[in-house]
Amino acid sequence: MTTLSHLSGLFRGTFRHGIHPPDNKHFTASRPIERLPFSRELVLPLSQHAGKPSVPLVRKGQEVARGEPIAKADGFVSVPLHAPASGVIKDIRLMPSARGPMVESVILEVYPGDPQDILYGAEVDTEAMSPKEITQAVQDTGLVGLGGAAFPTHVKLAVPEGNPIHTVLINGCECEPFLTTDHRLMLEQAEDLVKGTRILMRAMGAERGLIGVEDNKLDAVEAIRNVLEPNDTVSVKAVQTKYPQGAEKMLAKSLLNVEIPPGKLPFSVGLGVFNVATTAQIGQLLPMNRGVIERVVTVTGPGVERPGNYMVPIGTPIRFLLECLGFEGGTRHLIMGGPMMGGTVSSLDTPITKGCGGLLVLNEHQLTTEEQMRRYPCINCGACVEACPMLLNPCELGRLANKARYDVMAERYHLNDCFECGSCSYVCPAAIPLVQYFRVAKSANRERAAAS
Amino acid sequence: MSGAVQLKTSPHLRGMHSVDKIMRHVVYALLPVCVFSVLQFGISALALILVSTLVCVGTEHLFCRLQHRDTTVNDWSAVITGLLVGLILPPGFPIWMAVVAAFVSIAIGKLFFGGLGFNVFNPALVGRAFAQAAFTVPITTWTPGMAHRRFLEFIPTTWTLPFLQPDMEHFRAWVAKLEIDGFTGATPLAMMKFEHLEADKLELFLGTLASSAGESSAFLILLGGLYLAWRRFLDWRIPAGVLGSAFVVSGIFYLQNPDLYPTPVFTLVSGGLMLGAVFMATDMVSSPVTPAGIWLYGILIGSVTVVIRLFGGLNEGVMYAILLGNAATPLLNNLTQPRTFGASRRPRKENAT
Repeated sequence: MTTLSHLSGLFRGTFRHGIHPPDNKHFTASRPIERLPFSRELVLPLSQHAGKPSVPLVRKGQEVARGEPIAKADGFVSVPLHAPASGVIKDIRLMPSARGPMVESVILEVYPGDPQDILYGAEVDTEAMSPKEITQAVQDTGLVGLGGAAFPTHVKLAVPEGNPIHTVLINGCECEPFLTTDHRLMLEQAEDLVKGTRILMRAMGAERGLIGVEDNKLDAVEAIRNVLEPNDTVSVKAVQTKYPQGAEKMLAKSLLNVEIPPGKLPFSVGLGVFNVATTAQIGQLLPMNRGVIERVVTVTGPGVERPGNYMVPIGTPIRFLLECLGFEGGTRHLIMGGPMMGGTVSSLDTPITKGCGGLLVLNEHQLTTEEQMRRYPCINCGACVEACPMLLNPCELGRLANKARYDVMAERYHLNDCFECGSCSYVCPAAIPLVQYFRVAKSANRERAAAS
Repeated sequence: MSGAVQLKTSPHLRGMHSVDKIMRHVVYALLPVCVFSVLQFGISALALILVSTLVCVGTEHLFCRLQHRDTTVNDWSAVITGLLVGLILPPGFPIWMAVVAAFVSIAIGKLFFGGLGFNVFNPALVGRAFAQAAFTVPITTWTPGMAHRRFLEFIPTTWTLPFLQPDMEHFRAWVAKLEIDGFTGATPLAMMKFEHLEADKLELFLGTLASSAGESSAFLILLGGLYLAWRRFLDWRIPAGVLGSAFVVSGIFYLQNPDLYPTPVFTLVSGGLMLGAVFMATDMVSSPVTPAGIWLYGILIGSVTVVIRLFGGLNEGVMYAILLGNAATPLLNNLTQPRTFGASRRPRKENAT
């Protein structure tokens, strides 16, 4: 059986280039999703998503029930926000955010001893809903891409006219090292996941649903297969384990051998791509007409005493999580998200937001050794060229970035096709922070475009 | 607690390779070649390799000190250049000339361009090209290998006094005294070129014939190259392109006139082609990074080598072929930009905006 699965691994779909960082998922992969007590206070940024910030519906001092909407969407590319716990609104003020700047946030003081039942929502028949109604219902849940991009999910459902969608791809790759939230979700909530897939398929008019899972999680493939019907329109397929398999363009290539053209979205080739956590939430929330109030977060790394996968109310400050789970001194890095694309945080008051699937607590030497960090000039080795999944030339881009030739980078070397996966920086033997160069270059180009 | 937290940008993980690790492993791969060279040519080769390495490292250190910056010798790249300079000179090459060649290779070939990562040409070959122009006689003076007293006495030309040419009369008398059958003072390549005599290919492969200090054993060079390619410290496509194209191009000539031209196998195992293909054409700094560029670069070097060997005034062409390849690298990089994921085969029009 194992030999057979090894053999079939050779024929699993994949994309060109990419890297194989140590996955470090053993810390938490076998730990079922657990609940933690409520934090005394929740911090709910009004902008946890790409698009316009939500507009608060509550005043200071107002009581709210768990699941109650506390902010509404401001326009189409925006989502509402729901109270993750019953309590009282303490304040609406600026608080630190994961990205750095202070953002306007609702501070919710949780009632201690409250049973915290969700009183909101009523069962609806999703079978009877039209695609338009589903899109609206998805917006009402406040769902954003839970894989990390935090792009409002309903916007993806509203495909421009003339772009028929044939397949909905569900992204269960979780290619970021350390993170295991999607893995646990697929094992424990396979039914919600498949239900969500069917809802998404109907919303987009797709004939087929395809769930892609990296082949280091074959138990998840099995778990999903067990809840499918014979001759189901939804199917599940393993793809090769390789970073960044979870990028939508890579996944489409691996599963269907389709290349999404540069600068285009999946709908241009008849696809819709959604993360498994997002899809499972749709399967869970939509039939109950509820909003997103919690998410699974992998808290892991050598700096945490009890690593695991936890169901965490949105807005829980990192400080509370770390106090609950035991925090070792000497920690140097707190990373929100995965180690490849996540960012370090400056304040322990930063809350867990909708897009945050992981909290890594790492020590200096567990990340990189001194030798690995030593900076050298670029030696033209071409390792970055061999790693870039977008088949760009990070070597030349890096050289141009050094000379601040940002315009040439964009025009001749396709800077804007870089989605900042970090593969080039990972392999660079000269320890050049290529991805950071590219981020700087892109923002410089954006500023210049805005100025002219 | 929060005071100890450090802010960094992603990715927070880093692969296992670093520049000094790559360079160190290239040195490891070169060591068997050096050892064989000493076994074959004795203490003269040892002195030559040691001196050229020390001079290269010393020159780099000195220049860093003069520029008031941290020394860069600990990245091991100067050691590679030093070893290579020693290995591509004839074993009896006067030491003072080797000092000059080694100094030129690092100073002019590398540091004048800006040091590691900025040199356009392979530094060792810059040194060798300088020696070729400046010291025409000693660089074509070959010594028989496996001489009886090679571990006891130096080749007479080795300790030529600085700024003097070696005493060739004395050298010829010394060679005659060795009484080695059939030694004509010519390398297999020269014999091929001028007398159309082809040396035994197995001997060439194992490396028991006259040659530069470290170019004789194609076998050990190939072994080092395989190790580096396996550990991914070397791009296998470059030696594959060089050797493959040299094989094909020389094969075409051989088929046309087998009496005049050498067999393709002879081309591969003779002279400096193997060392050049494995250890010098693959120098990362001076070779292209794009997939198509890498193949074109290898093919260019392999074909030019054969053309120089067969039609040029020199019997050896690897050095100039690689230098030419180095010079073409920026152009090759520029012309062979990879096709972006999902882009159509034809260049995109939107670039014009």
